Amino acid sequence: MSTVKIFINNKEYNVDSTYTIMKACDEIGIKIPRLCYHPKLSISSGCRICIVEVEGMRNFVASCSYPVSEGMKVHTNTDAIRQARKDILELILDNHPKDCNTCVRDEVCELQQLASSIGLRERKFEGVLRTPFVDASSPSIVNNHDKCILCGRCVRVCAQIQNVSAIDYANRGFNTVVVPAYNNPIAESVCTLCGQCVNICPTAALTEQNYTKDVFSLLNDKTKVKVAQIAPSVRVAIGEAFGIKPGNNMAREIVHALKLLGFDYVFDAQFSADLTIMEEASELLERLNGHGKLPMITSCSSGWMKALEQFYPELIENVSTCKSPMSMLSSVVKSYFADKIGKKPTEIANVAIMCCVAKKYEAKRPELAMEDGNPATDYVLTTRELAWMIKSAGIDFKNLKGMDFDAPLGFSTGAATIFGVSGGVMEAAVRTAYELATKSKMENIDVIAVRGNEGIKEGAININGTEIRVAVANGLGNASKLFEELKKDPNKYHFIEVMACPGGCIGGGGQPYAGIQDLPFDPKLVNERAKALYSSDEKNTIRRSHENPSIIQLYKEFFGKPLSEKSHKYLHTHYKQKFPKGILRKSGKEAK
Amino acid sequence: MEKQMFTDRFASVFGTESFFKKQKRIALKNCGLIDPENINDYIYADGYKALGTVLTKMTPKDVVETVKASGLRGRGGAGFPTGRKWELTAQQESDEKFVVCNADEGDPGAFMDRSVVEGDPHTVIEGMAIGGYAIGSSKGVVYIRAEYPLAIKRLIKAIDDARKENFLGKNILGSNFSFDIEIRYGAGAFVCGEETALIRSIEGLRGMPKSRPPFPAAKGLFGKPTLVNNVETWANISSIIVNGVDWFSSIGIDKSKGTKVFALAGKIVNTGLAEVPMGMTLREIIYDVGGGIPNGKKFKAVQTGGPSGGCLTDKMLDTKIDYESLMQAGSIMGSGGMIVIDEDSCMVNIAKFFLQFTQDESCGKCIPCREGTKRMLEILTRITDGEGKPGDIEKLEELGNVIKKASLCGLGQSAPNPVLSTIKNFREEYEEHVYQKKCRAVVCEKLITYTINDKCIGCSACRRACPVVAIKGAPKEAHSIQQELCIKCGKCFRSCKFHAIDKTSEAKEQK
Repeated sequence: MSTVKIFINNKEYNVDSTYTIMKACDEIGIKIPRLCYHPKLSISSGCRICIVEVEGMRNFVASCSYPVSEGMKVHTNTDAIRQARKDILELILDNHPKDCNTCVRDEVCELQQLASSIGLRERKFEGVLRTPFVDASSPSIVNNHDKCILCGRCVRVCAQIQNVSAIDYANRGFNTVVVPAYNNPIAESVCTLCGQCVNICPTAALTEQNYTKDVFSLLNDKTKVKVAQIAPSVRVAIGEAFGIKPGNNMAREIVHALKLLGFDYVFDAQFSADLTIMEEASELLERLNGHGKLPMITSCSSGWMKALEQFYPELIENVSTCKSPMSMLSSVVKSYFADKIGKKPTEIANVAIMCCVAKKYEAKRPELAMEDGNPATDYVLTTRELAWMIKSAGIDFKNLKGMDFDAPLGFSTGAATIFGVSGGVMEAAVRTAYELATKSKMENIDVIAVRGNEGIKEGAININGTEIRVAVANGLGNASKLFEELKKDPNKYHFIEVMACPGGCIGGGGQPYAGIQDLPFDPKLVNERAKALYSSDEKNTIRRSHENPSIIQLYKEFFGKPLSEKSHKYLHTHYKQKFPKGILRKSGKEAK
Repeated sequence: MEKQMFTDRFASVFGTESFFKKQKRIALKNCGLIDPENINDYIYADGYKALGTVLTKMTPKDVVETVKASGLRGRGGAGFPTGRKWELTAQQESDEKFVVCNADEGDPGAFMDRSVVEGDPHTVIEGMAIGGYAIGSSKGVVYIRAEYPLAIKRLIKAIDDARKENFLGKNILGSNFSFDIEIRYGAGAFVCGEETALIRSIEGLRGMPKSRPPFPAAKGLFGKPTLVNNVETWANISSIIVNGVDWFSSIGIDKSKGTKVFALAGKIVNTGLAEVPMGMTLREIIYDVGGGIPNGKKFKAVQTGGPSGGCLTDKMLDTKIDYESLMQAGSIMGSGGMIVIDEDSCMVNIAKFFLQFTQDESCGKCIPCREGTKRMLEILTRITDGEGKPGDIEKLEELGNVIKKASLCGLGQSAPNPVLSTIKNFREEYEEHVYQKKCRAVVCEKLITYTINDKCIGCSACRRACPVVAIKGAPKEAHSIQQELCIKCGKCFRSCKFHAIDKTSEAKEQK
């Protein structure tokens, strides 16, 4: 590593010669304000908030992109720079609604925090605002154009992390907007609804479709049995919304809070994760025995399912027919559990608390509806929405004693817990598949090869003398890389896990916004959440899905055995090719 | 024999017409003299001689050194030393390099690049081939605006003809050097004249500038080292090679060598293109080459460098035309626009006009340019509409300075120039607009008062023309305008054949 000598605010430093000014300043402890910059995305230099003065340069330079050089003299806080930053920030705010008090991102808004730290105290240049326009066409994501500040982080995350490019800039200058191709509504676009754009948006320009009002109304509806379920990743992230250190498993507090909110039953999507494993592991063994296509690909991630139907129709037969754990649990609640408590499915309302915004779309998929045509899952709330509901209902979340999940759909194994982490479904499935196939105990059930942060992970497990090659991809961008590999060698793997979001569900689009100090999908944050899930798995005395007594009971009482006719009816589904605008049909004609 | 004929044509045109007397033509040397669609015409005029010389007698390094020594600087606006750019690109190690010709000429009223491509396309091709040889590239791209159909047509033909004669293609003229050129069309975005935006546009992406460094010389088209020069720069190359460095550097002054083509426009007798040696004064080009101001009007200002140039006053008429002097005076060379403004023009209105253009053409990427130009335009509109408020001029200055210093690309960095320079040089006009609601040039519609004087014969033409029935008066008697109804459309003024309507803008009492 070669270093260069530079001067920052008249003090001398030796820094890596490959650094940008921003990186050098970060290292010495000066955090230059920034907006469009994100370490995981390409550098745009568009917001100009991170400008600094460099002696000898005619203009200010953007510190995020400007490299350091020997003898460079940088000033980060001169009067001129401070004034320029204020002016630029004011220019942003002058074209931004002044409705902070009524905005969903009040208090968790990056723009608000930036304005506060830059110290803008007066407004001088007010003028017309951009034309307000809201695209609420999709059940998952809402685009509030009037709140967009065009930092382009969503555009870059969609293209560079997810390799989807559902949105981009359109029009020019003051009329620039971020929209799907041809200005189509999101619902008709190739957007996979993964919600990474929502997570990374510094304002409320991109948000989830909010169902809290409906759920509050539901909770006051005496005619319904209100059933909640929570995803594994929700419990290790929700604390962040209450200022609790990342990496705490708050499952018991969430159950307590949901009960206080008025839910009659609180079940665990981890229970149905165990159920998913039973079905999926059995399906894998079937396929390995020559019944069905290989490699088998997981189907838990709703964003990935939408991507599959649009971008990889040739892989539809490879994808497991298992519904996601959320939809499985909702189906079981409205069939098995409904019978148990003597209610009709229509008298039960399922509310799923997910780390995901694509699940809101999944809940509305017609294939997943109950026999009566009503959706199995009535509402899907994100972790963020639940956190707000808890605050709004005046529940003292931090000091709750905690409660257990309700029986019989609330008990889960360690295998189900790790569904929230990239590689977790794979690991859980392998534990069960191994033991179902070999009828013997798997010695070391920690499948380390599929753990960790890498975008694509590979491993191999010996089952009955056959080497089962597995691969795990998190983030749709990595998935597309994996499928490119697969095209070259279709027999490379037997089993592939794909999660649409970076890091798996713990990095989902519905997770709490990063705090003031953290960045959206900061690897550190995701790691803490992952650690909490792995430690819960380790602490659990039962770590194999097929050993879950409630699961055993459910099969005994209702489904018979995995892949039975009944389980096909309630736990499996099918996928078909979709043609959103922008995807060409074979004839070359675009879908209407 | 035929060559002699050419020289005669040069002499007959350049030697006698006063417009041409002070001109020195290098980039435009063949324009209007040869048949641009006939490669032989170009060859007779010493065409492709430079390429032959380069390929047979010079190493790539010699070529770079020659261009460096000539002192040629980029004619697209910023004036970066061309030889240095070539050297930087030549030094890069890469499996592939690109040569790009920027023919995305977007300044309103500027058409020097178009004239070169339409009138002498081969000189661009030859320049690019020489550039390719110098930096070690075999692939050239001309990025030309689709609004130039004739230029495109002639360029396509020229490239075809050059291929047939092996001035392009594999093993050019029997050498080891291969080079070919492709054409890419611009879709009408002004910002695509900025090299990084242009590169993105060629790549098929939205034309938005990127921050530099890395410069295109290191990481350009498709991430490969790329040499981008504009048409006029390329058109200088062959002459430098053929006539030598000493010849070229004898033209012009100190740091600005050679000539520059200007597009004379506005209130000037000889409008059109004029190529003059660097170092000529503004006065010479406006009065000697341009023939001065028509209709005996008084010179008020000259705006150089296209829509983002500054406005210079009569006190600066002796400024020399070179990169540094113009910059010092508060304007830019730009691509060579020169708009002359006479006393009938309102400087605030002129500034608004130019800002309107840059505001429209802002790509939307960086905040100072996207939002700032919009706010400046709003303030300017307010001022010209008679609704200016105390403090508005200072706001314009503050915004202008931020946009200039903090914008991402050249468009934003220069967009406030017309406003800042007119405030600097014509502040009293701004103040009159803001504080007295007066437009001394009687241009800003909302500040004009129409009154009927005693020349009125009562013909009623104005009364009939008035769309809001603001004019009263019986036939054959003097008419009058009811000011509170008048919408200042000017129809009465235009309909009157007796000069009986006065159009004035007087200082108004502060309310």
